[in-house]
Amino acid sequence: MKTVRIDAKGMHYTPLNQKIRAAVADGAEEIILDNVLGQRFIGDGLRGNVRIVINGVPGGDLGMFMSGPTCIINGNAEHAPGNTMDSGMLVIHGSAGDAAAHSMRGGKVFIKCNIGYRGGIHMKQYDVEARPVLVVGGTAHSFLGEYMAGGLVLVLGIGKDKAMTDRGIGSGIHGGEIIIRGEVDDYLLGIGAKKFKFTESDLERIAPIIKSFCEHFGYDPAKFLDTSYTKIGPASSRPFASKYVWE
Amino acid sequence: MCGIIGFIDRTKSRMDGSSIKAALSLMNERGSGDGAGYAAYGIYPEYADYYALHVFFDNLGEPKRKVDELLEQWGEIVHQEEIPTTPQPGIKKVHIPWRYFFKPSEDLMAGRMDSENDVVTYVVMEVNANVKGATIFSSGKNMGVFKASGWPEDVANFYRIESYKGYIWLAHNRYPTNSPGWWGGAHPFNLLNWSVVHNGEITSYGTNQRYVEGYGYKCTLFTDTEVVAYLFDLLGRQHELSHEMIVKALAPPFWDDIDRMPAKEAELNKAVRLTYGSALMNGPFAIVVGTENGIVGFTDRIKLRPLVVGENGNRLYISSEEAAIRVLDPEVKNIYTPRAGEPIVGRFIE
Repeated sequence: MKTVRIDAKGMHYTPLNQKIRAAVADGAEEIILDNVLGQRFIGDGLRGNVRIVINGVPGGDLGMFMSGPTCIINGNAEHAPGNTMDSGMLVIHGSAGDAAAHSMRGGKVFIKCNIGYRGGIHMKQYDVEARPVLVVGGTAHSFLGEYMAGGLVLVLGIGKDKAMTDRGIGSGIHGGEIIIRGEVDDYLLGIGAKKFKFTESDLERIAPIIKSFCEHFGYDPAKFLDTSYTKIGPASSRPFASKYVWE
Repeated sequence: MCGIIGFIDRTKSRMDGSSIKAALSLMNERGSGDGAGYAAYGIYPEYADYYALHVFFDNLGEPKRKVDELLEQWGEIVHQEEIPTTPQPGIKKVHIPWRYFFKPSEDLMAGRMDSENDVVTYVVMEVNANVKGATIFSSGKNMGVFKASGWPEDVANFYRIESYKGYIWLAHNRYPTNSPGWWGGAHPFNLLNWSVVHNGEITSYGTNQRYVEGYGYKCTLFTDTEVVAYLFDLLGRQHELSHEMIVKALAPPFWDDIDRMPAKEAELNKAVRLTYGSALMNGPFAIVVGTENGIVGFTDRIKLRPLVVGENGNRLYISSEEAAIRVLDPEVKNIYTPRAGEPIVGRFIE
């Protein structure tokens, strides 16, 4: 495998991304970025099947518009990793800031620990293939899946008494699904969101995602493969119809 | 979109401004080069009993004569000088930054003012509202604000920020959106020992402004953040609320959250909301305030701006981005993002 190593210490994101693109054009299959600290837009708009290992804390909008690559982040991420991502994967061995997986339209974002506010905001999907997935190992703050139009958000609550304790889950959701480990108190649901029974066929559907997540972070998938989940989806396809339509 | 930093060493061990400059510069993407500033506490130990008044003068003629006269009516100027600066290609020196070390005199105050803080507050409001060509932008003891229009590193180099050592630092990188970029509009905003850095907008500014003006404060600096400094002075100094209680008044829980609280807690929160309804701040904001007892950080009630906290022993860091905290302290522990409206308080250890 052709590997390229880049020391990002003190480097602005523009030359850093230029180096990454040059390496990809040159046929690199793996790119290792060391000493990353706060550089925004890493891997934005990048295409191909390259694997990027990021050692450090990348800045906001990591993997925005990305189509294909896999990024392994050994550290936390800041705001909006996976913003409008098309396909590929982000594996974050830490936590992420607000608006994780913002407007994502395909691919996977796996986050080992927690995320901030508005995770999965505006996620969307076009067909079965282009179905974005956000998995959070720990918990998420308020407005998870806000205005969600498609895709899957899964919160496992590892190490927590309750997977979700913050409010506004699925506020304004009109497509897609939010699946949360264990029970979810009714008052945590946002306007337009509704609970649905999590069934065996749901489990069958998400089992491959759970197994993949556990494989990346070294968890035993067996303890997550049951129907102890809450499924949250849209109460209707037009949650604010009465707000904008006058007869 | 602005970038903010708050730092405190709880043992009052002082740190020079070089790493604050580097941390703020890392967030250059959050600014537009139209304003940056720093506040440092513990920088004037030789004048610790005197109010350090930092003033922007348009010239040292008429505006300065008027400020000198006003100060002499109320007390003694023990020392004054131009704040040392180094010319920077990126900064046009449109004002002359000056500093006075001033103490109100008891004889002159007798029968007219209750406290030294009242005298200094009066002087600040009087100069900023009525003396053309002069703006007092810092008025605390053993602390000072340094700010101008420019990028973080240029403003830091202009004021030689590395030569100051403080146990509290605030820093701000400005991206002005709906008010002019001028020196007085750069952050931190200060009154007495309260200094405020802010990312966002106070959309309730009109309500908050009318509220503080009812108590004699005058909003003269053409931007929303100024009112936050006066709200802290009113609630913290005049009403003697704790930092946590001030945050509860400015960014209170929602009514339905209060309904779910235990009876006693609900009663307290209800009372705070009813008493301080006009102090409630709406809009997106992340704020760090420096005070004489420490720092306090908080965000708006639905968290529309980022805020990250980190700790390492006696040091507490608050910033818009984790990377900025890691520039200040690569060994930082316990990094987390606080909840909306949650007060993050760092106090000195007695």
